[in-house]
Amino acid sequence: MKHVSRLFAFAAPAAALGLATGIAPAAHAQAEIKIGVIASTTGPGASLGIPYRNVYANMPGEIAGQKMKYVILDDASDPSTTVKNARKLIDEEKVDIILGPTFTPGCLAVSDVAVEAKIAMVCLAPVVVPPNKMPWVFSIPQSVPVMIAGVIEHLKANNGKTIGYIGFADGWGDLVLKALETTAAPAGIKIIASERYNRPDTSVNAQVLKLMAAKPDAILVGGSGTPATTPHIALKERGYTGTIYHTHGVIGADFIRVGAKNVEGTVAPTGPLMVAEQLPDSNPIKKVALDFFAKLSPAYPQVRNAFSGYSYDAFLLVQAAVKPAMAKAKPGTAAFRQALRDGLEGTKDVVGTHAIYNMSPTDHNGVDGRARVLVRVEGGQWKLLK
Amino acid sequence: MTFDIALLLIQDGLTNGAIYALLALAILLVFAVTRVLYVPQGEFVAFGALTLATLQQAKVPGTAYLVAGIGAVTMALELIAALRARRTQGLATSAMLYVVIPTALLGIAVWLAPLQPPLLVQVLLTLALVVPLGPMTYRLAVQPIANASVLVLLFVAVAVHYVLMGLGLVFFGAEGWRTPSFTSFKVELGPMTASGQSLLVLAASAVLIVLLWQFFGRTLWGKALRATAMNRTGARLVGIPTEASGRLAFTLAALLGGFSGVLIAPFTTIYYDSGFLIALKGFVGTVIGGMTSYPLAALGAVLVGLLEAFASFYASALKEVIVFSLLIPVLLWRSLMSRHVEEEHDE
Repeated sequence: MKHVSRLFAFAAPAAALGLATGIAPAAHAQAEIKIGVIASTTGPGASLGIPYRNVYANMPGEIAGQKMKYVILDDASDPSTTVKNARKLIDEEKVDIILGPTFTPGCLAVSDVAVEAKIAMVCLAPVVVPPNKMPWVFSIPQSVPVMIAGVIEHLKANNGKTIGYIGFADGWGDLVLKALETTAAPAGIKIIASERYNRPDTSVNAQVLKLMAAKPDAILVGGSGTPATTPHIALKERGYTGTIYHTHGVIGADFIRVGAKNVEGTVAPTGPLMVAEQLPDSNPIKKVALDFFAKLSPAYPQVRNAFSGYSYDAFLLVQAAVKPAMAKAKPGTAAFRQALRDGLEGTKDVVGTHAIYNMSPTDHNGVDGRARVLVRVEGGQWKLLK
Repeated sequence: MTFDIALLLIQDGLTNGAIYALLALAILLVFAVTRVLYVPQGEFVAFGALTLATLQQAKVPGTAYLVAGIGAVTMALELIAALRARRTQGLATSAMLYVVIPTALLGIAVWLAPLQPPLLVQVLLTLALVVPLGPMTYRLAVQPIANASVLVLLFVAVAVHYVLMGLGLVFFGAEGWRTPSFTSFKVELGPMTASGQSLLVLAASAVLIVLLWQFFGRTLWGKALRATAMNRTGARLVGIPTEASGRLAFTLAALLGGFSGVLIAPFTTIYYDSGFLIALKGFVGTVIGGMTSYPLAALGAVLVGLLEAFASFYASALKEVIVFSLLIPVLLWRSLMSRHVEEEHDE
């Protein structure tokens, strides 16, 4: 046993660091609204989960005079932990609503729990659930087809006829490819090559060679974050001259930091938040986004990223739903959870940082074309494409 | 497929294969000497790549603090062991290894990082920061249970993998990094262009493999490692300290891992958790080599690299499936060809 205890002496500080995201102490007062947040602040989804989490960790504790309390749990990007967290939030913390999880498989896993416990959840990742679960499951981010439709419009406007695809060999790569297939066909654009790669691949030259042999007018990279640069750089090194499109998963300074000169001219769809200053004043989203930056940047300087924006939009939607719900029931009760869900479903024209949300019983995403702008990398910056 | 494409794929496969070969050798070395299936090998790859990337940003890499921190923990362990045994012998060496050198490295890193030294200095500093983590890992996690069964050692290796990966997230953050190419040099070889970076990887791997071969064949320490690998008890009987052999094996493995990380950093974006999959491919190479032969392990790793390149071309969505499925026929063939040897039973 001595040896085992020595091993623990080594592991314990690391474990403590890993858990540094912490669990807020339980509270007993029922007067406040309790919001459960599940974010993947460790594991493969950490680069998304951390900005999601940081918004809630720095939010004011009040909506319209009503005290709010955030209980934030980390699920280590693991769907089974996500489910455990959801149960803990519902059974032990008695939260009124769940925000998160921050990755699609986690959202799917928790949707069962949400339906069973009759508690609304606002997924911070795109998710589509079957109709029987839909009443309790909301999803904030723009659906992938909404985003990819922007790519197709742009390609069509520039007289492109064919497109090649290279994406992650995972669920995200599948989602983007499916969105491309559904939006390209009506616009008369042919997908003439489709390849896959993995995040940590040291080389994608083989896939790139095959893509280029098909000679598409443009190529869409279905990746996210900095690994999306890997095929892009390989394409440039092999001398590809067509437009290279990316998804909204790459928007951020890190993509340009890693891709440098190679990603100049990249076109990608994104939420208006990312280029808030460049939006025309007539766009109502501009004011909300700038207000969001101003409010959070003192406590959290890296606030300018898409994921933090989704977190804030979820908060805005809850805020809109809280007022009518408060009139119907007291926080901490089943009636209040039901009222909050009804309130969410009834939100109209809620201006967020990404979209203007209009929920309805048949649409729990609530976004339209206004939730998408196209941006291009020019001189190492994301510029709004007019 | 045209001849040109085949040549390009071969170039790609060889480059990756060369890196897998280095990792395969490291995994095999550690397994032969200490019977540990070295799962955390990949973390050293990630640490090497991320340390170099941070240095190129003129920032102090997290590894500098990590080395000093783990060094302090190791020293504390040594002190406790010394107190229990009531002896001070060897404490000076430990203090040198686990406190003085790591602190000096931290000092050098803090001083050098903002100066943006030339690439070679950055690479050397990276290796100097990553390599000490090898012997420290051995001292902390393996040495106290060096005689446990292979299965227990494997569990511990998995635990170390998770601990190091967690520390990687804390010290390097969740974002990925990629370093600029070491060279923009290109050579025309008949119908194809070979990038200088690929040639550099091939040359560096070849040089390292030759150096290792010389080390094992010619030096006393190399021979001691081989002896320990062949027969631990026998090695101890003729006066080879098995603990020192284990430490040396972990040091060499950390060096090979860190160096692989430096080599692949310009090819792809490396995350704190990217190393595992890369090292796993090296492991497939080791298995192809039957976990015994260095040349076969290296060849196996190159085979994995080539298979990966061609699989990426023909069926990119199924690439990993194809690469890892290679294990099944290899294991079948191995188990049919070899006589079954009972695993040593020691509690």
